[in-house]
Amino acid sequence: MSGEHPISRRAVTGALLALALGAPRLRAQGFAGLGSDAQGFAPVVPGRPLSFPADFGAHPDFRIEWWYVTANLRDAEGRAYGAQWTLFRQALQAGPQRDGWASQQIWMGHAAATGADAHRFAETFARGGIGQAGVDVAPFAAWIDSWRMAAEPPFSAATLSPLRLTAAGPDFAYDLRLEATRPLVLQGDRGYSRKSERGQASYYFSQPYFSAAGRLALDGADIDVTGRAWLDREWSSQPLAADQTGWDWFSLHLTGGDKVMLFRLRQRDGSHYFAGNWIEGDGRSQPLPADAITMTPTATSEVAGRKVPMAWQVAVPSRRLAVACAPLNPQSWMGTSFPYWEGPIRISGSHAGEGYLEMTGY
Amino acid sequence: MSRAAVVLMVLLSHWRRHPMQLATLLVGLIAATALWSGVQALNQQARASYDRAAAMFGGARSAMLIDPKRSTFPQDVFVALRRAGWPVSPVLEERLQIGGRWFRLLGIEPVTLPQDAMPDGMIGRGELPSFMLPPGQTLVAPETLADLGLAVGATPHLADMTALPPLALQPNLAPGILMVDIGVAQRVLGKPGQVSRLLLGRFTQGSAPRDTAGPAGLQLVTPDSEPDLARLTDSFHLNLTAFGLLSFLVGLFIVHSAIGLAFEQRLPTMRTLRACGVSSRLLNVVLVLELTAVALVAGVAGLVGGYLIAAALLPDVAASLRGLYGAHVPGTLALQPRWWLAGLAMSVLGALAAALAGLVKVARLPMLAAAQPQAWQQAQRRLLARQGVVALAVLASAYGCWRFGSSLLAGFAMLAAILLAAALALPVLLEVLLRLAQRLARGALAIWFWADGRQQLPGLSLALMALLLALAVNVGVGTMVRSFSDTFGRWLDERLSADIYITAGDEAQAAAIRQWLSGRRDVIAVLRSARADAELGGAPAELLGLADHPTYRQRWPLLAIAPDGWDRVHRGEAAFVSEQLARRLGLALGGRLTLPAPGGAWPLEVAGIYADYGNPKGQLAVDIDALLRQFPATPQNRFGLLTPPEHRAAVMAALRDSFGLDSRQLADQATVKAESKRIFNRTFAVTAALNAFTLGVAAVALLTSLLTLSQARLPQLAPLWAIGITRRRLAVIELIKTLAVALFTALLALPLGLVVAWCLIAVVNVKAFGWRLPFQVFPLQLLELLGVAMLAAGAATLLPMLKLARLQPAALIRVFSNER
Repeated sequence: MSGEHPISRRAVTGALLALALGAPRLRAQGFAGLGSDAQGFAPVVPGRPLSFPADFGAHPDFRIEWWYVTANLRDAEGRAYGAQWTLFRQALQAGPQRDGWASQQIWMGHAAATGADAHRFAETFARGGIGQAGVDVAPFAAWIDSWRMAAEPPFSAATLSPLRLTAAGPDFAYDLRLEATRPLVLQGDRGYSRKSERGQASYYFSQPYFSAAGRLALDGADIDVTGRAWLDREWSSQPLAADQTGWDWFSLHLTGGDKVMLFRLRQRDGSHYFAGNWIEGDGRSQPLPADAITMTPTATSEVAGRKVPMAWQVAVPSRRLAVACAPLNPQSWMGTSFPYWEGPIRISGSHAGEGYLEMTGY
Repeated sequence: MSRAAVVLMVLLSHWRRHPMQLATLLVGLIAATALWSGVQALNQQARASYDRAAAMFGGARSAMLIDPKRSTFPQDVFVALRRAGWPVSPVLEERLQIGGRWFRLLGIEPVTLPQDAMPDGMIGRGELPSFMLPPGQTLVAPETLADLGLAVGATPHLADMTALPPLALQPNLAPGILMVDIGVAQRVLGKPGQVSRLLLGRFTQGSAPRDTAGPAGLQLVTPDSEPDLARLTDSFHLNLTAFGLLSFLVGLFIVHSAIGLAFEQRLPTMRTLRACGVSSRLLNVVLVLELTAVALVAGVAGLVGGYLIAAALLPDVAASLRGLYGAHVPGTLALQPRWWLAGLAMSVLGALAAALAGLVKVARLPMLAAAQPQAWQQAQRRLLARQGVVALAVLASAYGCWRFGSSLLAGFAMLAAILLAAALALPVLLEVLLRLAQRLARGALAIWFWADGRQQLPGLSLALMALLLALAVNVGVGTMVRSFSDTFGRWLDERLSADIYITAGDEAQAAAIRQWLSGRRDVIAVLRSARADAELGGAPAELLGLADHPTYRQRWPLLAIAPDGWDRVHRGEAAFVSEQLARRLGLALGGRLTLPAPGGAWPLEVAGIYADYGNPKGQLAVDIDALLRQFPATPQNRFGLLTPPEHRAAVMAALRDSFGLDSRQLADQATVKAESKRIFNRTFAVTAALNAFTLGVAAVALLTSLLTLSQARLPQLAPLWAIGITRRRLAVIELIKTLAVALFTALLALPLGLVVAWCLIAVVNVKAFGWRLPFQVFPLQLLELLGVAMLAAGAATLLPMLKLARLQPAALIRVFSNER
């Protein structure tokens, strides 16, 4: 595996869809069952320039893709909240796209809202081909059921902004306006993000500079919120390597404007694979070598009957980063078809800031 | 050996000396448990299969949205509702014909399907792609596979050669259902982009809207608390349960008298034990232990008996349910552990309840008590007066159920209250009758005869109540069944207007057959007919297209018709409505209804109401051409023929040879009639069997009661014997007395039975099925039952009487020295 072009955690998260809908045996085989049968799907090749707004839309020839937003929010009194909005698409079969009910596309949505005392989430599924879920390029809109992420005027394709993000669950809802003034960040080699020496890769771009404002409803309380949000767009046909048992993924907004993405893949032999990306406040992005990252769980909590690491020490010495990470709400458990932990975190130490943590496979 | 064990040994020695008594006790408990658990097994089996079927009717258990004006509507409505946060899932369902047989094609959308709309494991997560993606799958139950005559993996073809996806087995499916992906259903049925209804799951994207009306012109149909079939078949199961309970109670009467006898005979032993220093508490504990052990042994045997009874009756029950309600119940019993435990618990609790009186007596046993029959009788008389008041109160509650209750359960509650009131009133009435007879009697012996009868009454009253209930239920059910079969026979004659019925494999064959028939001189007329399905008031309804022919006008079983009703029906502006549909929708002559048809709403006036016995669905009879205009997809492959009787066989044979029609596609009137009657006879076969059981059990109850009494009454008889009345004469007097009391009881049972029959016909049937039969009385049947009752009573008296006649004089003398 190359540490130069790190895999994103969203690539791995995409496997959730396969797990939620596909063969349950995948889990026993690690999170890598997807790697085996990419034949017939469009390959991810270097040198294909990403093109906007076309690449905001779906790429049905590829096996899997996702639109992923996490937001760190605060109310007027400074209390912290989090919001997650995720849309996955997966093709169950390669080959020519079929219309209507015969479509081989399946869509999955996850949405969550988190406060210090409450974490609420919802999940939904849809078939492609009939309009229950989908993504329009112009004007940009991604939706599943009543959950929606759509362009607002005056929309700019260079910044993928402004956007309106809405979702509602049984006991939460949010309606956020996301705005960014800096251009999209192309991950890896101008958007070509390699996953391994064996050629696994994905197309990947992000918008980590969103400011967010709007309303959040949580357990009946209506709250005005503002904050920051991070969007990831990625698509691939063969995004995974073999023998992973789970991962721990961080996205950090540092005070001062820098953004950091870090993760470790836990492998069956007990070793870990580290990767990360340092994004400067001006938009320059620099991959972090594997040996430049340390991540150490310092405490575990019992969540949904499982032991999950809760406190972390994260360090990137080359960037003089050495922080402790603590969750806003240790019970940020996504009890969806394939369950995982995802929620907002606070950081303290060499840098202050906030971010999101995702942990799977516990 | 501990003290308890010694006491137990002493008490058990009684059974060694009286094996017959032990046998009676065991028989009572076994009979009670067997009948009760047998009936429960049948109910459980049937209910399990309704759940299976209900899941498949695609939403009886979940709320759904339908279009009240159209049978299908565009799936865009589905997408729009999903995008508004409604947790809906589309279903397209229609009947279709494969190889001349009808099946229900159910197109579902597994990704959005609410979890509670389908049992777990119907389509596993891993199987989703193969179900949804071409070529897809047609899921069927093993029974359906057999009906299709195809193997797993084969592709069934419709008449127009449209192919269904390959067959796959799904044992949880109800028979007769072909389950496919909604996309496949739309293709096969030629309805692209159409759905028949939307299942509504739990709201997870925001809260449910407050207003109960459906969105977008759709109508919200809230779920029934029970599956459709369970509701439809409620009456049947209540009927069975009522009989099971009755048999159980009658069985307990036996247990009660057997235990009473044993207590009576063991009193001296127990007195001795108490005198030896055994505490009354220990005595009671040991007695309860003994009884529990006996009840457990009998319970196990009873469960085996119950299983056998259920297995024997199941084919009849299954046939009835299929014939009456179209419910498929598999023919092999699959019992749950709950059933075994419940049966054992019933046996133990029943035995303890039956022994309660005896246990209380032992607990309060004075160490040196003498018999005080006269004082006891006076206490009984006060008790009787109170019992009479209770009987009146129960009767009043029966009236309340009739006047104010509207449910089927209220109907049965009324029936139960009437029976209970009658049972409670029986000893009071008998006491009055016997006192009257005593007053009219001449001579000392005759006066003693009646007075002794009154003395005996409290001991016999439970057994007599059992006899009364068994007889009354027999009369009631017998009268209802006879009324039903008479009415049904007449109705069949009217309803089956044609002489030969044909269902062609497809329309091409139908056209060829019609062509062929037009050339035959031995066919008087060809009556076209057609059937379509619709939904009315949220429930499925059948549409029957009638041709304009005099035979219908003469014979259709109309209960009421508006002036020029037939003409208006054939103008397509009116319909005849079946009695049960009219009752359900509250329709009367001149009423209006709107039928959702594919072409739009079809307004119809009610021009007549007709009898449609045995049909679980509501039915509408309309003009056939109007039906085909409104439901253009209705296959035109059914018709009836009028032929002179002498040519019937020849026409049938010619049709069979020329077109290869099998017995499902070609039937003559006589066969259809015989088949229908057979189904209806089987419907009541179970009732009749349980009826006979109950009567038998009542006779055994009487026998054991008399045995108990004969033992206890020796002190009363001994003085008579001492003053010179022979044992033989005493025995004859006993026989006459018992027969007289039994005759009184039976005579009271006859009017009670007619009341029961009236309740069944005018209240329970109407609530259960939606139709009302004419009430008829069959005097011969009543006489027959009276005879049976007297025979049963006579047989029950025989053994105690013989015992008395052969009693050793020494035993009678001993009474004077041993009298308690």
